[in-house]
Amino acid sequence: MSHAIQAERPVFGPRIARFGLYAFLIASAAFFLLPLLLIISNSLKPLEEIRQGNLLALPVRPTFDAWITAWKSACTELECGGVRPGLWNSIKIAIPSVAISTLVGALNGYALAQWKSRRANLIMLLITIGLFIPYQAMLYPTVKILSSMGLFRTYAGIVLVHVIYGLPYTTLLFRNFYVGVPDEISRAARMEGASFLRTFWSVILPISTNILVVVAILQFTGIWNDYLLGLIFAGNDNLPMTVQLTNIVNNARGSVSPNVNMAAAVITAVPTLVVYFLSGRYFVRGIAAGAVKG
Amino acid sequence: MKTWLHRQTFKPDITVAVFFGVVAIFFYGSILWTFYMSLTRSTLMPNYAVVGLDQYVKLFTNYRWLVSCLNMVIFGVLFIVGTLGFGTILAIFADRRIQAESLFRTIFLYPLAVSLIVTGLSWRWVLDPVNGLQGLMRNAGWENFTFDWLTNPDRAIYTLVIASIWHSSGLVMVIVLAGLRGVDNDLWKAIRMEGIPLWRAYLQVIFPGMRPVIASCVVLLMSEVIRGYDLVIAMTKGGPGIATEMPAKFAVDFYFARVNLGLASAASIVMLMLSLLMLLPYFYSEFRKRT
Repeated sequence: MSHAIQAERPVFGPRIARFGLYAFLIASAAFFLLPLLLIISNSLKPLEEIRQGNLLALPVRPTFDAWITAWKSACTELECGGVRPGLWNSIKIAIPSVAISTLVGALNGYALAQWKSRRANLIMLLITIGLFIPYQAMLYPTVKILSSMGLFRTYAGIVLVHVIYGLPYTTLLFRNFYVGVPDEISRAARMEGASFLRTFWSVILPISTNILVVVAILQFTGIWNDYLLGLIFAGNDNLPMTVQLTNIVNNARGSVSPNVNMAAAVITAVPTLVVYFLSGRYFVRGIAAGAVKG
Repeated sequence: MKTWLHRQTFKPDITVAVFFGVVAIFFYGSILWTFYMSLTRSTLMPNYAVVGLDQYVKLFTNYRWLVSCLNMVIFGVLFIVGTLGFGTILAIFADRRIQAESLFRTIFLYPLAVSLIVTGLSWRWVLDPVNGLQGLMRNAGWENFTFDWLTNPDRAIYTLVIASIWHSSGLVMVIVLAGLRGVDNDLWKAIRMEGIPLWRAYLQVIFPGMRPVIASCVVLLMSEVIRGYDLVIAMTKGGPGIATEMPAKFAVDFYFARVNLGLASAASIVMLMLSLLMLLPYFYSEFRKRT
């Protein structure tokens, strides 16, 4: 953010106030960093060091043993494969779900933005309400619909659920973006005789890179971090990483090894954190766009 | 027919219709179905004989449901007030030409990228009475140090509040900061010339002008409260006892573990009604703004 914009922002006058400001910010930063740093640090300890029980102590003899166990041999009630199969399942679920829900959302958002009808407002209202419907009010019928299609607890089923449940959100984000795109662009393509789909594909999509990235990042974060839908719709062969992690942590059988559990938690969090750190600006923009309706 | 087709190639009607059909069936059709089920005695299998509001009567005489609702209110109020307050303070401070602003922002915001499952597990370990904070202080020689909220039925709900404030404050910060950045420099100039103290300037001039921004924060946080499921599962599993049960968990438990379709549907419809009720003021103000 440029300083010129904030030129008139008052600065706390007295030095002491300025000091207090930084003290508060640093304390807040510590609060935000604490849990993550603690579980990373403890996941690097061998079991004896954990048992000695000093959570805050740095690992004396750091080792990746817990990580290796968490990765490939930690046990759930059913099997001992670590979080590795979960990672693969999550990738397998996330990629098509994100791609389809983003592209279809873009198409719908563009259609809605172009659709100059009174009913467009009603549809917008229904979609916005759709964003706030608790999943619980749709879960059982969705189970029934998928069962009747033979898709309940299958790979295709969980992808379909993510796509459909994600559509109101992606559609709304794209619609708000396309409402701001000048009409002339679409009209020019129309004059050339391009169809609606053609206009969308070769004129509109190429100017939408930024919003595509923003929506894809938000969808990826949401789908990767999903627990409830994966638990219900994925089926045992496709359980996503969040479910796998919970199953490992809650497994009563076998020895309790916090360092392995923590390593598993860190591994589960890594993909979305990497996306966040690599795409900070887009992520922030997406959150602001998704939160404050245009 | 040909002219119709030709006309259609230019209009987005078909796309809208297909999409709207899917949304209508999946979302609103599902809701109607759930509502229908809530009027029946369905247990494991759907039973299509309507019996009226029996399930709702059962629901609101169910102790666990009442506790869940009370928990949601306690959790919701503390979480929303805490997150709004903390996030707003962070936004105000970040708006004051601080050093390393982007570093601070990155740190305040990263929890949003972390799933509620990992958030809940992390805080469960940090607050664990034996291995976490309490054990740490006791080992350090402070024998009587007690911080057992996680396992204390009267306090466990507050641990959920702490974890969710940790998770969502960054969201409020970003939204409020965007609002603050939109405040006109002339307004600040005027405030300075009038010599209005800062805290009054924020409370009486800046924030009243940002009402829509704050309203959308509240709506977002409320919907998180009503849907709150993952965090409870990861952190307390509703316990100790039923001290941290929530409506969202009640509904899922009764759908799948206890297979009481009718009661679960009634619970879900009540959750839905609550969500819509909370959206009403928001839509009302949006609607008034447009006309």
